[in-house]
Amino acid sequence: MEYTLLILLLPFFSFLFLGICGKWLSHKTAGLVGTSVLGIVTILSYMTAYAYFTAPRGADGTFATLLPYNFEWLPMGNLHFDLGIMLDPISVMMLIVISTVSLMVHIYSFGYMHGERGFQRYYAFLSLFTMSMLGLVVATNIFQMYMFWELVGVSSYLLIGFYFTSPAAIAASKKAFIVTRFADMFFLIGILIYGYFVGTFNFVEAGADGQVVDTMGQICGFDADAAKFIPVALGLMFIGGAGKSAMFPLHIWLPDAMEGPTPVSALIHAATMVVAGVFLIARMMPLLQSFGTIGGHTVLGIVVWVGVFTAFYAAAVACAQSDIKRVLAFSTISQIAFMMVALGVCTELPTGHHHVGSLGYMASMFHLFTHAMFKALLFLGAGCIIHAVHSNEMSAMGGLRKYMPITHITFLIACLAIAGIPPFSGFFSKDEILTACFAYSPFVGWFMTAIAAMTAFYMFRLYYGIFWGTENEELHAHHTPHEAPLVMTLPLIFLAIVTCAAGFIPFGHFVSADGQAYDIHLDWGVAGTSIVIAVCSILLATFIYIRKRQPVADSMAEKFSGLHRWAYKRFYMDEVYQYVTHRIIFARISKPIAWFDRHIIDGFFDFLAWGANALGYNIRGLQSGAVQKYAFVFFLGILALTLLFLLA
Amino acid sequence: MENIQNVLYLSSFVFVPMVMLLGLWLARNINQVRGVMVAGSSVLLLLAVKLVFDFLGARAADPTSEMLFTGHIDWFDALHIKYAVGVDGISVAMLLLSAIIVFTGTFASWKLKPLTKEYFLWFTLLSMGVFGFFITVDMFAMFMFYEIALIPMYLLIGVWGSGKKEYAAMKLTLMLMGGSAFLMCGIFGIFYGAGGNTMNIIDIANHTNGAHAIDTGMQCIWFPMTFVGFGVLGALFPFHTWSPDGHASAPTAVSMLHAGVLMKLGGYGCFRIAMYLMPEAAQELGWIFLILTGISVVYGAFSACVQTDLKYINAYSSVSHCGLVLFAILMLTQTSCTGAILQMLSHGLMTALFFALIGMIYGRTHTRDIRELNGLMRIMPFLSVGYIIAGLANLGLPGFSGFIAEMTIFVGSFENADLFHRILTITACCSIVITAVYILRVVGKILYGTCTNEHHLQLTDATWDERVAVVCLIVSVAGLGLAPLWVSNMIRTGVAPVVEHILPTAQAVAGF
Repeated sequence: MEYTLLILLLPFFSFLFLGICGKWLSHKTAGLVGTSVLGIVTILSYMTAYAYFTAPRGADGTFATLLPYNFEWLPMGNLHFDLGIMLDPISVMMLIVISTVSLMVHIYSFGYMHGERGFQRYYAFLSLFTMSMLGLVVATNIFQMYMFWELVGVSSYLLIGFYFTSPAAIAASKKAFIVTRFADMFFLIGILIYGYFVGTFNFVEAGADGQVVDTMGQICGFDADAAKFIPVALGLMFIGGAGKSAMFPLHIWLPDAMEGPTPVSALIHAATMVVAGVFLIARMMPLLQSFGTIGGHTVLGIVVWVGVFTAFYAAAVACAQSDIKRVLAFSTISQIAFMMVALGVCTELPTGHHHVGSLGYMASMFHLFTHAMFKALLFLGAGCIIHAVHSNEMSAMGGLRKYMPITHITFLIACLAIAGIPPFSGFFSKDEILTACFAYSPFVGWFMTAIAAMTAFYMFRLYYGIFWGTENEELHAHHTPHEAPLVMTLPLIFLAIVTCAAGFIPFGHFVSADGQAYDIHLDWGVAGTSIVIAVCSILLATFIYIRKRQPVADSMAEKFSGLHRWAYKRFYMDEVYQYVTHRIIFARISKPIAWFDRHIIDGFFDFLAWGANALGYNIRGLQSGAVQKYAFVFFLGILALTLLFLLA
Repeated sequence: MENIQNVLYLSSFVFVPMVMLLGLWLARNINQVRGVMVAGSSVLLLLAVKLVFDFLGARAADPTSEMLFTGHIDWFDALHIKYAVGVDGISVAMLLLSAIIVFTGTFASWKLKPLTKEYFLWFTLLSMGVFGFFITVDMFAMFMFYEIALIPMYLLIGVWGSGKKEYAAMKLTLMLMGGSAFLMCGIFGIFYGAGGNTMNIIDIANHTNGAHAIDTGMQCIWFPMTFVGFGVLGALFPFHTWSPDGHASAPTAVSMLHAGVLMKLGGYGCFRIAMYLMPEAAQELGWIFLILTGISVVYGAFSACVQTDLKYINAYSSVSHCGLVLFAILMLTQTSCTGAILQMLSHGLMTALFFALIGMIYGRTHTRDIRELNGLMRIMPFLSVGYIIAGLANLGLPGFSGFIAEMTIFVGSFENADLFHRILTITACCSIVITAVYILRVVGKILYGTCTNEHHLQLTDATWDERVAVVCLIVSVAGLGLAPLWVSNMIRTGVAPVVEHILPTAQAVAGF
């Protein structure tokens, strides 16, 4: 597995090369370099996955964790910060997801970014992002994860701000970085606590004679003293994860992040980076299950409730947005929340094959996998549409199905997948999640089913709004929309095929909570309900939105105009943030501090200097040069000394 | 014989600037001045690199001695003043930093006018003081070099500065001189407290050569004096206010040298003299200064958020980052102190890069007000990209030096098990968010967007000399950030004996 190092190094060198030499390269060369490097990385990832999953399982029925590289990068007292590569089922699965989507985005961008200024820079940043994301998932320790976590954050910042002359993009990139950074601060503090009490950052360690020691397994057997603080550390890490994965209330950066180029949204803000938080929770799962509670609440319980609320909130907002990328962004938030909930419901340690308590883990990873594919497909499709009509607004679209047949079909497949209609992939993974939720608590199960119905509704609202409904004649008169070039439609077709097929992957054989092969079997009670509900919502959406004019939707929007406006304004969450940052942090903290510094502290030193000056000015009269005055003082002095001697 | 060899070897860092001074004095035209500066600063850089390798070799051969390449010659015997030299991992790192900054500073002031020759004379004298400070281990000699480094600053800012330069130069000099006065009292206190037989800090620390332990009561008087004396230079709250005005008025290379190296004299002095020689007082009174530095870290960052002058932003950012240096030193674990030295190194390089870029932008646009600048990315891409890299390094992006330094500090500080240190550490962690706020605010305002000022549209990108300076600094920052192991280990060899000396051994070894 030595070649896995290349998976990280190749994109890094491609980043350096394109970043430094980019301006002397033509667009075509730069794109080819970036894409071909990514092609190699994808091949290597698939080779790794093949080799990993075809290797014989260990005696306990699990795939062995491999540690091809691990070296000390920075010593920190008793602790050390290592860099390395760790292969276990979820990291190998992530390699596949990241490299596949990234390659599709690289190819797609050839067409989408054609002729764009800064094309080389764009590919350089894509390489940087891919490198960081791959480094994150193969991290051997929590600190390496944090390091690449920051790097993906900055790549995202750079790519959101790609159109750096647009004020909206500047604001969005800044917001994305600062909000996630704020969450990362908690992550960092969590790491500090974790490192101190656990005594190592490593998930696994290279033991004697090539064995890999499962450090996390050992930590689970820790004594009570350390056990008090580990849940706190895990809770703080979850805040970090919630920031990256856009959980309420840290989700606010994600909709704005749509200011970046659409392929970037597909790669970073739909398929890969935003699931980093889910990945983090999955990675820490053994600890989360072993170390119970902070003040009576389990960390996983918090994960569930944050997830449930976020899923609902985002779905509600998605129903009222008119910008297609925003709808997709809220849908992403909602779907990631599904994955979070699925992890949160894994409350019990996996013990046997069919243990319900551990089903959520597999379901979450499965959904992560399928979601990455169909959501990337949706975004890339949206990119084709935006490319064709030069607008993000649904009002500029409508009736596009006859102009863009490939985009239409692939988009429809993705919509069916996210709505949970068999046999598309989303159905299978979502069904597992719902089953896990029902096992956790019927309330969560029903609630998540209802959100799944909302998902189907808003996705089909979007679908009908784009491809059916009223055609914007005025706009199309200038410029007839046309199908995207082959270089853009090929990734769509590929991802559509994956979306159709991925549901039949025996995912439980590769990834499961206890590492043993697990046969996915559909719980027809849950599956049947969710299919019926999904179909009903699709029919409802069809009824409301398929026609040229939409009287029902309009009247409903009017009737519930308050609610609609609140949802459209995303429940004014952004305004709250504006208020906190500008009115409180800038105006109430920074400004007074700056004033205090200039006027009080600096004023004090200026006062000292002024005092010295004034003193000198006032006593200079003594040195006037007038002899009579000197004589007077002289005699006074003598008088005083004489008196002193006489009295003493 | 070896004694003299060592003295000569390390003193070459002082001799080379002296020769440069002579050369500058003899120089007849600007090209000769530049020639002397480039040759001299390259020699210094090579010497520093050679010293690193020599040191690593010698350290491998002799892992026990505190200082290597020690030597001394009697100077003023009646007062026990010697010219004593010696280096450990910390000073080697600082020498390397200084050499890089002097080298790049030369290129950053390539086109400076008027009185170029005189400018470089003072510039070289200042660097001589800095180098001298880091090689000596005798308190008197250290103090002398310290003063040599401070005085030229007055003229450099007062003559070649901009804005309210006379005011700023006066303020800076007075405040630093005020610090020096405390410092001198402190040094004499240490000298007499330890028996009045030796000025050598190694002897005083180890109670050899006629020195004995300083009475704890006395330490509690001299420690604050010495710490504040050096702390003024290290931008310790509330003695930091010279920094914004001073940096804002100073010419580019002087800002670079000042923030890059001179402020490090403060941290180095606090560690090497105040803490090392007065361990009991350091433990007893450390908490007061810990609170002050904790305030520095957050306060500097918040102040930077609302400034409108690029140099003010950076000066406050320096207050925050240099506060972190002193903060980490006071945390008193091996890891945090290693982090402190790394942070000095990293902050020196990053801030020098920042000030160099600000100077270059100011040289073109003649304004540093962020409200008047916008859309520079399209006009001067090289400088803008450099600025973004400097900004990202400053906010602690992995891959650059700031990340490793901050992380080492945080992990090290967290080794202290009590609540007080924990809370302060967590407070300091907050600064990473605020740093992001002010850096991105500037980047968004001045580099991104569309340029609306038509005068700026005709401006040109960096010239070759500016590129040399910027690229050198970026490579150093990234190099340190990508391969920190050797620097970290080298610094640790220097930090370990000092920290062990300050703390009772059992505590220091475990770190818990």
